Amino acid sequence: MPRPSDVAEYDPMTAMLEMRNVSKSFAGVQALRDVSFTVEAGQIHALVGENGAGKSTLMKVLSGVYPAGSYEGSILFDGEERRFRDINDSEALGIIIIHQELALIPLMSIAENIFLSRAPSRFGVVDRNAVYRRTAELLAQVGLRESPDTLVTDLGVGKQQLVEIAKALSKRVRLLILDEPTASLNEADSAALLDRLLVFREQGIASILISHKLNEVARVADRITVLRDGRTVDSIDCKTGQVDEDRIIRSMVNRDLAHRFPERNVAIGDPVMTVQNWSVYHPLHTARQVIKNVDFMVRRGEVVGIAGLMGAGRTEFAMSLFGRAWGYNISGRISLDGREANLTSVPDAIHAGLAYVTEDRKQLGLILADDVRKNVTLASLRQVADRGVIDDVVELKAASDYRNRMRIRCSDVYQEAGQLSGGNQQKVVLSKWLMTDPQVLLLDEPTRGIDVGAKYEIYCIINELAEAGKGVVVISSEMPELLGICDRICVMNDGAFVGEFAKGEATQEKIMRAIMRNVRMSGSGAPASEARAGGTAQ
Amino acid sequence: MTDKTVSLPETPRHSGFIKNNLRNYGMLLSLLAIMLFFEIVTDGTLLQPVNLTNLVLQNSYIVIMALGMLLVIVTGHIDLSVGSVAGFVGAVAAVLMVTYHVDYPIAFIVCLLIGAAIGAAQGYWVAYFKIPSFIVTLAGMLVFKGLALAVLQGRSVGPFPPTFQKLSSGFIPELFPSAGTLYPTSLLIGVVLAFALVLASAKSRAREQSHGIEVEPYAFFVAKSIALAGAVLYFTYLIASHRGLPNVLVIMTVLIALYGFVTRRTVIGRQVYAVGGNAKAAKLSGVKTERLTFFTFVNMGVLAALAGLVFAARLNTATPKAGLGFELDVIAACFIGGASAYGGVGRVGGAVVGAMIMGVMNNGMSILGIGIDYQQVIKGLVLLGAVCIDVYNQRR
Repeated sequence: MPRPSDVAEYDPMTAMLEMRNVSKSFAGVQALRDVSFTVEAGQIHALVGENGAGKSTLMKVLSGVYPAGSYEGSILFDGEERRFRDINDSEALGIIIIHQELALIPLMSIAENIFLSRAPSRFGVVDRNAVYRRTAELLAQVGLRESPDTLVTDLGVGKQQLVEIAKALSKRVRLLILDEPTASLNEADSAALLDRLLVFREQGIASILISHKLNEVARVADRITVLRDGRTVDSIDCKTGQVDEDRIIRSMVNRDLAHRFPERNVAIGDPVMTVQNWSVYHPLHTARQVIKNVDFMVRRGEVVGIAGLMGAGRTEFAMSLFGRAWGYNISGRISLDGREANLTSVPDAIHAGLAYVTEDRKQLGLILADDVRKNVTLASLRQVADRGVIDDVVELKAASDYRNRMRIRCSDVYQEAGQLSGGNQQKVVLSKWLMTDPQVLLLDEPTRGIDVGAKYEIYCIINELAEAGKGVVVISSEMPELLGICDRICVMNDGAFVGEFAKGEATQEKIMRAIMRNVRMSGSGAPASEARAGGTAQ
Repeated sequence: MTDKTVSLPETPRHSGFIKNNLRNYGMLLSLLAIMLFFEIVTDGTLLQPVNLTNLVLQNSYIVIMALGMLLVIVTGHIDLSVGSVAGFVGAVAAVLMVTYHVDYPIAFIVCLLIGAAIGAAQGYWVAYFKIPSFIVTLAGMLVFKGLALAVLQGRSVGPFPPTFQKLSSGFIPELFPSAGTLYPTSLLIGVVLAFALVLASAKSRAREQSHGIEVEPYAFFVAKSIALAGAVLYFTYLIASHRGLPNVLVIMTVLIALYGFVTRRTVIGRQVYAVGGNAKAAKLSGVKTERLTFFTFVNMGVLAALAGLVFAARLNTATPKAGLGFELDVIAACFIGGASAYGGVGRVGGAVVGAMIMGVMNNGMSILGIGIDYQQVIKGLVLLGAVCIDVYNQRR
């Protein structure tokens, strides 16, 4: 894509936004120190850094969530100093922030969501035709082919993200701030979203992109700023040539990651779990076969990846194995260590040595209001209890052991799980499952939304598990991750396995080709899974 | 930021300990303040032995139901039918004992079983059919109010056999008949109880300390133990100087201790809280969420039946209006005691204190001669205020 020559030169004089020497502290903790940050008109400026580096704080200062006076330093927009009292002040200038947790109302239509508080009206009565027409225009601009009357709840996450962007456009956006916009999107939806940013750039709309996915950042960003411990540690102009991902990672974590993925040297043993002819139907649309008579196997000491687009059936497959926690009319055989197992409930599955680490740790993995200790022991209370009575001391020791082993950063095990960062929350979930002493672990998106440093620690834990002779299954939408940590990668599409690659032979292209070939062959496929997979099939 | 702020070195933080626990004791302190207030404005009538005994008897059925309601609320549900169920069971008891002359123990057991069956019927719809508990129990409220009327055929039925009346109006038998105005047996039980409580908490503290667990500061522990023992002793002294321990107080104390233990120390208790905290996560962790929800309703049914029997025995007659509005007092007691309407949070001690706050206010305002009209206004405002304070505290 050609880049306009007028933004090729970095010149503070043309800056749309300039944040000068911003510092901010909370109760003695310095969150930002002397950060300066500049965005030019029509620039895509990526902001990267570990969780807790200060990215969100900086954006909250910019959008007025932290009002003028609560921080030091100054904000200049269009060359004038601005003192935002709240988020309305910044929105009035066209600075729009889209948060990671989308703020749409599920049971309202797209049009109602976009014009929630500012519907065009005559004499106080909403002009429905105008709303519909304007929404259709906005949806065309973001490239979303849906009726304005479609309910938001019927859209996949990727399309909801586009609705949020359309909403931002309706507010005459000039600077769009996206906080982890692709964290829950598959590759195709992510690509569509990023392309949209490139289109906006041509129109002079600037973007600030906060992301952990460095390959995406490298693809679209004009400039990358790295924050660490509340300071700017690096700023890279991307127009001078190839972006060095290792340099970014080094800046982020201040340690030389010779390898982003830890080495593993394990002898792979006998099959620990074998699945044959596994078939699952949708619990609501009972005629729809979601998993189509698949075979699957994992050996002791082996890490098997399951690649695929969102909606391919990977999560459904894993959850149906885990004591039929999902699905209807499930059939097929599971053998554990060569013995056939009949797992009809989650307690059965746990007892048989299965563990499932969910992709949605806030909704399905943790009890956020409970402390770390209670979360860690929840699935194995019998171990710390005597005839149904919990022994506080034994429980505390068990929880503290896992805290140390997994290096969970918390003030003590009585801290609420909801207060921890994403990476530490994930370690709490993993601790819970390690405590059940599983033989097979099904890890569903184990590193989603967590920073590079914590990811590396999770990879190390996966290696330790494999070394201890467990079978590990990793579902991930990040292909580099699968390529980095798996001994074998199975590719799932539309409820069936469509390819399998050993460690040496797998590449992103081969995996993607296996998926695309299958998409073409199966034609339109199952409607819902395709809808969730976004624009891939088009 | 979270990583930064939480990775502080571990040092004992006593000020933090007191601050954290102040919230737990906040309601208790409010109860003491309210009692002190009424003790003063009623010129000492509130804590007169005869009034204190009355206070216990008047509130016993609310406390009993609050124990069950707390579990229901902790799982994230509500039970609006408890008042009607209590009234219905009282009516059945009257018909069995008065009309059909069924033996008291048999009738008692039959009534508890009816309560369990009612709880099971409602719990089934809530737990397995996923019908909102508000709706199921609203229906139950109407059904059992109507059934109570039908069973009694619109009349009051009584009086009960004297042995059954003892359930509410009886006192524990006196072992030392030679005593004067004080009842030594009751006094002795109080002393033993106070001693046992202090001993148990000292033992558990020593055990935690020997395992290197951070415990409350010593001075705080001593002060707490003295206050606890003092309160128990003073209370039993007052009770013993009237007619001794009422039977129903013994039942209540045993139930409070049992439910306190189950909720805080057992696997089942922990799982009930997990269901309320995040039902989906609990289910994926192997907790049988449906079954637990079902049994909290069965439990509620049994306790509502017990409360209905206590209330009927106290009035010595079953009336079609018995139990009217009890559910509101019971639910209010749980929320005043710090239970969360979203589930997952709430303590047995809190619910009991909440019930006592409501009881003391009822009793104190009646002594002062405040009309039933303004009593309700004041109670409503106290409920709102207590929950507001709790929400405000959690937000900080």
